[in-house]
Amino acid sequence: MKKLTEKLIVHIILISVSLLSVFPFIWLISTSLKGNGENIFAYPPQLIPSDFTWQNYVGVWDKVNFIGYFINSMIVAGGTVLLNLILSALAGYPLARMEFKGKKITFFAILATIMIPFQAIMLPVYLITLKLNLVDTVSNTAGFLGLIMPFAVSAFGIFLMRQAFLAIPREMEEAAIVDGCNVFQVFLKVLVPMIKPSLAVLAIFTFIGSWGEFLWPSIVLTKESMYTLPVGVNNLQGMFSSNWRFIAAGSILSTIPILIFFLSMQKYFISGENEGAIKG
Amino acid sequence: MFKYYGKYAPYLFLLPAIAVLTVFFFIPFFQTFGLSFLDYSASIYKPEFAGFDNYINLLRNPIFYKVMFNTFIYLVAAVPVLVIFPLFLAILINRKIRGITLYKILIYLPVIVSIVVAAIAFKWLYAEQGILNYLVGEAGFSPIGWLTDPKYAIYSVILVTIWKGIGYYMIIYLAALMSVPKELYEACDIDGADFLTKHLTVTVPHVMPTIALVSTISAISAMKVFAEIYVMTKGGPLNSSKTIVYYIYERAFENLDLGFASAMAVILLIIVMIFSVINIFCFERNKYQI
Repeated sequence: MKKLTEKLIVHIILISVSLLSVFPFIWLISTSLKGNGENIFAYPPQLIPSDFTWQNYVGVWDKVNFIGYFINSMIVAGGTVLLNLILSALAGYPLARMEFKGKKITFFAILATIMIPFQAIMLPVYLITLKLNLVDTVSNTAGFLGLIMPFAVSAFGIFLMRQAFLAIPREMEEAAIVDGCNVFQVFLKVLVPMIKPSLAVLAIFTFIGSWGEFLWPSIVLTKESMYTLPVGVNNLQGMFSSNWRFIAAGSILSTIPILIFFLSMQKYFISGENEGAIKG
Repeated sequence: MFKYYGKYAPYLFLLPAIAVLTVFFFIPFFQTFGLSFLDYSASIYKPEFAGFDNYINLLRNPIFYKVMFNTFIYLVAAVPVLVIFPLFLAILINRKIRGITLYKILIYLPVIVSIVVAAIAFKWLYAEQGILNYLVGEAGFSPIGWLTDPKYAIYSVILVTIWKGIGYYMIIYLAALMSVPKELYEACDIDGADFLTKHLTVTVPHVMPTIALVSTISAISAMKVFAEIYVMTKGGPLNSSKTIVYYIYERAFENLDLGFASAMAVILLIIVMIFSVINIFCFERNKYQI
């Protein structure tokens, strides 16, 4: 009997917390489905729309270039992931396996970047990006590079790769060298295939981080056609000032891609094995 | 093992990453200090050397103290909740009951959704005639200016940060809970210890390193908040919800006062680095294998 009540209480608490976690979205969805015939400020608030309509979605879709924002976000997140994988794997290898002059200094210099918050150095980063002409006023490609390059590699990624390399038995390399491979072949053909699970973790968390990034794009972007999803969604507030039906519909629309990504990759996020990976 | 790589190979492998870090981390790091000694007020293109003027102006500016105080409030209000509540949830969820994966997914959802969308969703809850004020009215109080009353604005924003962080820290705790020996709980059950005693004597001491870790990372991220404030309040009303990063942004990109903003950035840098050093050398040694 005591066991049963305990179980019941646990379920009640977890259900309440789950509801609190999703309620803001549910309420946004509810508002986005209410037609003009229904007062969205009605007291008491109505969760189920009485004047149900998809028109807000149609309206916001017509006025806002969501496909464009989505493509921009894909280019930026995709480019950031690709560069992170390549640069982190390359840098992690010598730190795990080679002896060379300056190794200690390199190691601690990279470690030090973890302590530097981007927000504190963003002004010079902005000036440098301007100086390198990596802005959307020059060309779209330059604009994308400007969004990607400051996040092209992270100490977190380098250390993750280093740890993956450290876990590989040295015999693997020795065998390859005896077979006549040079160092680049050892790296590409023997070691990289063995760290695929770590590469997947790095890719997923870099993707999420880049996809949600708001501060940097809202500083460097000048053209609406270059907006990524978060910047575009924030812009809805200005476009539709107090049309909360449209703002709600647009916000929900913009969330669909990352929701699908999360649900299909959920085991990476909630298993707890990759704790501490996300969050800049 | 014999040395199978050439003299230059390690440097070639490191070069691309080090190049990016140099251009976008190391140079800007030192430049932040440099900029904080320049005066941009006459011309944005030809700054003049200003010595410690920016720091003096900063210390004379009442908004600076307001911003520091707000950041302090952020830490004091958000960190304890983010340290304790996710641990409590992790303890509850760390058992074999039905629907565990669904609970985890739902509680983790706010972490994954863009902070901009989250802030918009809360702005809607906080609306003057919104659903929260309806509940407040039902409880017999007059409506609250969640984002428009200087007394409440910062707490309304903090609530969003907390709401968005809970799932993230819960998962971190869950990983730590897996390493607590089950026998200890069984011993507690035999002794008839209640929930609180059981977890205070067994769980908390075992996950102490994780508690410390969560404290420092939630403190660091509380000091870096920006999007919530940008989307919901723009630092207002009357600077009541302005935090360090928003202030840097405002002074740099709205007032074009890069020198002043950099002085503020240096202060942020120093505070965050203190927390980070504690974090890395005390709690994350394993992750980086120092």
